[in-house]
Amino acid sequence: MKSQINARNVVVALVALGLLLLPLYSALTGNIFILTLFTRIVIFALAAASLNLIMGYGGMMSFGHAAYLGIGGYAVGILAHEGIGSGFIQWPVALALSALYALVIGALSLRTRGVYFIMITLAFAQMAYYIASGLSRYGGDDGLTIYKRSTFGGLIDLSNRVQFYYLCLACLFGGVYLIWRIINSRFGMVVQGVRSNEQRMQAIGFHANRYRLVCFVISGTICGLAGALLANNTDFISPAGMYWTRSGELMVMVVFGGMGSLFGPVLGTIVFLLLEEVLSQFTEYWALIMGPLLLLIVLFARGGIMGLLGRLSRA
Amino acid sequence: MPDSLAEPLLRVENLVRSFGGIKATDNLSLDVLPGELHAIIGPNGAGKTTLISQLTGQLTPNSGTIHFAGRDVTWLPSYRRSRLGLARSFQITCLLPDFTAADNVALAAQAHDGHSFRFWGAARKERHLREAAQAALTRVGLARRADVPVSELSHGEQRELELAVALATKPQLLLLDEPMAGLGVTESARMVALLKELRKEVTIVLVEHDMEAVFALADRITVLVYGRVIASGDPDAIRNNEEVKRAYLGDQHVVVSHG
Repeated sequence: MKSQINARNVVVALVALGLLLLPLYSALTGNIFILTLFTRIVIFALAAASLNLIMGYGGMMSFGHAAYLGIGGYAVGILAHEGIGSGFIQWPVALALSALYALVIGALSLRTRGVYFIMITLAFAQMAYYIASGLSRYGGDDGLTIYKRSTFGGLIDLSNRVQFYYLCLACLFGGVYLIWRIINSRFGMVVQGVRSNEQRMQAIGFHANRYRLVCFVISGTICGLAGALLANNTDFISPAGMYWTRSGELMVMVVFGGMGSLFGPVLGTIVFLLLEEVLSQFTEYWALIMGPLLLLIVLFARGGIMGLLGRLSRA
Repeated sequence: MPDSLAEPLLRVENLVRSFGGIKATDNLSLDVLPGELHAIIGPNGAGKTTLISQLTGQLTPNSGTIHFAGRDVTWLPSYRRSRLGLARSFQITCLLPDFTAADNVALAAQAHDGHSFRFWGAARKERHLREAAQAALTRVGLARRADVPVSELSHGEQRELELAVALATKPQLLLLDEPMAGLGVTESARMVALLKELRKEVTIVLVEHDMEAVFALADRITVLVYGRVIASGDPDAIRNNEEVKRAYLGDQHVVVSHG
């Protein structure tokens, strides 16, 4: 057994603890802004973690993951608009629609590989974007305001900042735990095997695409949950949230943190969104700093933050 | 056929596969009987690997049929053929580089142990998969290297692992595409000894350049040239076949000097 105490695990434990205690800090200092910011970070971390499942473990470079954020969000927004406010209905619908979309898109996209797969997932996500823009009943391009957050029959109040934060955090930890179970399961071994060498996996008896597709659907469903959370967080849903740049940001978060590491996307999202927050206070051209930073990470820190920490542990 | 023992395990009839204008497999017919070790030899470019790839389903033929264990498998995808008991090793090592030796073999065992839509339990802790992997690794002499990542194994060890992976699928027929390729003298000898053991348990089709190994191991030999069978028979018949001598064995000394 290798020692469990190393730089990587210490950082992960500290970050997890920090996330758990954040509302306490916010209450003690009266800093409400940090709680709002981190609610957003936690939701995006869940989306990034779901993308990492197919990108890092499955080797499927989906460039259309923002579509699920939109689908989950629109499911909540549209149902709320139509007077159905119960989360017990909204959220399962959000998940089911995301899964269905992933199933259809996946079945078509997974016939291709490499750059073609990237382009086709991007194209489908853009289609979803334009469809959302065309929903004139639900605000079209301008988007849709959600006047009332999802209700859960008095179990939990989503308008309460702290309760909502902990709900998001529970979804994140639950999602990461689920992904951890999956990647170590028989299913996860097959998916990673296919990433490593598809021909070999076929030769020993696995129908590679079937496993890929199921993985794709699981990932999309988890991201749909992030979409439902995000809509509740912003009280607003618009096509802009599913534009391709958003998909790109999710990819950057995963790469920042470390593709194919369980907790990497969480760290990547925290670093990315905090940097964005801090840099944008100095200059509106914050992307000019973020871009080269990403380049440095890709060039010199393969495996992202988690990769760096791993090397630290071994040193 | 009345005598089931005489029925071939693998029957290839009139197989054709061309790439552009070149016929890599040219109206090829071939039988493999249960229990035999059938070697396929031929100079470079004779279409040996193309043939193996059609047998396992990585390539589809333009015409002709392939029957395995009494079933027409000509159009079955490779994963289905593997389930029927057809296993191959690759000429150019084809393993999962990010995984350990034991993982590679355990996955092969897993593929033949029901479906893998199991999302919760840890696969690496499933004892019977690990034991099956360990058994196959022991078989090829890699037991002590079980937890070493494939990328850190030597070339010879990777060749042995190829074999262990194929064995873990519990095949009826083992298609070995140049298992001796790139092996040193002692490694080759070990591989020959290993194949001598394996042939007692499983039918083997062996594609190999190492003539010494082929003549030491084979029950029957089929000689391919430009995708066509020019001779087929027991080692003695092949050794004395004039056409084979002319077409192929003329450069035997070149091949043997490698090994």
